Amino acid sequence: MEKPVLIREDGLRHDGRRPDELRPIRMEVGILKNADGSALVQFGKTKVIAAVYGPREIHPKHLTLPDRALIRCRYHMAPFSTSERKSPAPSRREVELSKVIREALEATIFTEYFPRTTIDVFIEVLQADGGTRTTGLTAASLAIADAGIPMRDLVAAVAVGKVDGVLVLDIDEVEDEFGEADMPVAMMPSLDKIVLLQLNGVLTREEFREALELAKKGIMEIYRLQKEALTKKYLMYPEE
Amino acid sequence: MPKIYVANRQIVRPGDLLAEGEDVKGGDYTYRIGNSIYASILGLANVDDGVVSIIPLEGMNVPKEGDVVIGLITSVGITNWIVDIRGPYKAILNANEALESFNPITDDLRKYLDVGDYIIAKIIVFDRTRNPLLTIKGKGLGKITEGKVIDVKPSRVPRIIGKRKAMLNILIEQTKCTIIVGQNGRIWIRCPNEELENILVRAIRKIEAEAHIPGLTERVKRFIEEEKRRLGIA
Amino acid sequence: MSLTPTSQPVMPRLKRDTLLSLLKKGNRIDGRAPEDYRPITIQLNPIPKAEGSALVKIGDTMVMTGIKTEIGEPFRDRPFEGVLQVHAEYVPLASPSFEPGPPDENAIEAARVIDRCLREPKAVKLDELVIIPGRKVWIVFNDIYLIDHDGNVVDAGALATMAALNMAKLPKIIGIEGDNVVIDRSVRETSLPLSLNVVTVTLAKIGDYIIVDPNLDEELIADARLTIGFDSLGRIVGMQKMGMSGFTRSELDYAIDLAFKKAKELHELLEKVLKNPETASKPIV
Repeated sequence: MEKPVLIREDGLRHDGRRPDELRPIRMEVGILKNADGSALVQFGKTKVIAAVYGPREIHPKHLTLPDRALIRCRYHMAPFSTSERKSPAPSRREVELSKVIREALEATIFTEYFPRTTIDVFIEVLQADGGTRTTGLTAASLAIADAGIPMRDLVAAVAVGKVDGVLVLDIDEVEDEFGEADMPVAMMPSLDKIVLLQLNGVLTREEFREALELAKKGIMEIYRLQKEALTKKYLMYPEE
Repeated sequence: MPKIYVANRQIVRPGDLLAEGEDVKGGDYTYRIGNSIYASILGLANVDDGVVSIIPLEGMNVPKEGDVVIGLITSVGITNWIVDIRGPYKAILNANEALESFNPITDDLRKYLDVGDYIIAKIIVFDRTRNPLLTIKGKGLGKITEGKVIDVKPSRVPRIIGKRKAMLNILIEQTKCTIIVGQNGRIWIRCPNEELENILVRAIRKIEAEAHIPGLTERVKRFIEEEKRRLGIA
Repeated sequence: MSLTPTSQPVMPRLKRDTLLSLLKKGNRIDGRAPEDYRPITIQLNPIPKAEGSALVKIGDTMVMTGIKTEIGEPFRDRPFEGVLQVHAEYVPLASPSFEPGPPDENAIEAARVIDRCLREPKAVKLDELVIIPGRKVWIVFNDIYLIDHDGNVVDAGALATMAALNMAKLPKIIGIEGDNVVIDRSVRETSLPLSLNVVTVTLAKIGDYIIVDPNLDEELIADARLTIGFDSLGRIVGMQKMGMSGFTRSELDYAIDLAFKKAKELHELLEKVLKNPETASKPIV
């Protein structure tokens, strides 16, 4: 595919967004019957579903920790989620992303309240258009809250990129593929803690600082939407 | 003087700042960093005498010693049964907490309680280092042989019982059913007839759905009255 | 599927308390200052059979990178580029808590982080590794082998990889018939085309303290770690936060500048060793 024009003459991006604009976001909590907690989150065309089971005891017992819950996290892409079919077998990328997502969740969940149990977090990417790990983490933290598992804060995440020299918020697949940098960031916003941070690309230190500011801005908006999504079902009053 | 930022019964989410101040106190499902108290769960804020705690809207019930629970036998061992009490941990019912005398060599526990049986039990021991231990020796405890068991969200149990059992009493009086509410979100009911049983189950589901909305006790009372009238039963 | 680690050695409470109280006074358990690296030795080409190799020790952490090259096909969507593959193996002999088996998530993560740091600034000039455009290119296999684990495998791995890449020489192409490229592995003439060097700097956060180059004990009690890649032009070419807690933005700010300073030192060390292999070390292997 030829490199498309990523920043148009009017300064807008290839899909018409401003550099600091998020894609349309949709969040639904508690959508699965079986899971203890679940959420579906969409950032533009990226669609990810997250489910949480637990805390629960699993066997074998040696796979547990005596003083806290163990977290099992799987980030996985459905074979039909990408333009070319992706093999269902776990790729090295999925292994790495499962790890960084788990570590972000470890920072927020009060695992010490549930020794010798396991908390399972399953993230399935149904459609991939850039930002799948940040969408997945945003969904996972909603699912954990939906499951009633105590946590320090929701985790809100977004990927910032640099395309045609311009820093942009919430990159999609095209911007990720043809841009100069891709930086996923996740935070616990109330505690001002960054729990996931990666950079794939080249930035000067100045650009990094700006990119982080931009990410924070997007994250605050996503955080607000997460809180709304959690309380949505409780704000409907019956007819008196 | 602590600054409290939430009102009683306000819906809060994990990470919401509840209160600040040197002498502020946080209760259940809150945590503290320095002088700030945050919520750790999705629930309703409960502000009582300067202490902010959260009543969960979701989540499983963590067992406490003394809780009455309704358990489901999931496996039978030589000297004990493993019981599902819908919490993070499976519970254990030892033979000597169920039977007067028991000889593991000649007695088969399956004769008394088998996989799939429901029991009304009490938690006698629970500390985080071991699984909860149950007993069915005691008044009102034992194997369930009739009636119906329904599962509700454990977080709704306090609402189904109500302040000083107000809600539970209304349910019992209005439907003439026997009702035992397990702290673990299982309810055993035994009703005089199918119609009343149906009304009771729907009333319980209504409480589950509207637990966070004030005035529920009245609404449930009216709901049952209207349903009984509609079906022409006293 | 990623699991909370369960097979890590138990950190005695006493040791943890000691580490923290030392940090309060600005010291570390091995006497280092918070911004100091452990002694670094780089041995060049310890494995002559490989096209390029290097062994790096940072303190007691020992990592070897070996480079093998092959003729192969380019990726379909990049027909005019050679292929660089970076893999890492944490072999069982390196630590009592490693089990034999497929690469675990730590090895995969380390390899991918180092790969990205090389790939993004185009440290290896892949477009100069084309033999028959669209059909035959050089495939450069970069295998990182952890031999002894005492913390901060990524920095040692990145340094070993960069040194090995600098030392690597391609086998001579002795004939091309149609699609068939014939090479003679015993003759090595051309160096791998490189445009710049890349190093990584890893920091750890323990409580309120940020330290450079955590050893294994420090890694085990650290709240979180941050690896930042810098190229020889001082640009950030990769970042990865690791570990089960997080950084505040001001901690990140401090970490970036500290890492930038240390990266310059590492680049200087690498260049010095490449110019003058004898300054590096006594051979370990």
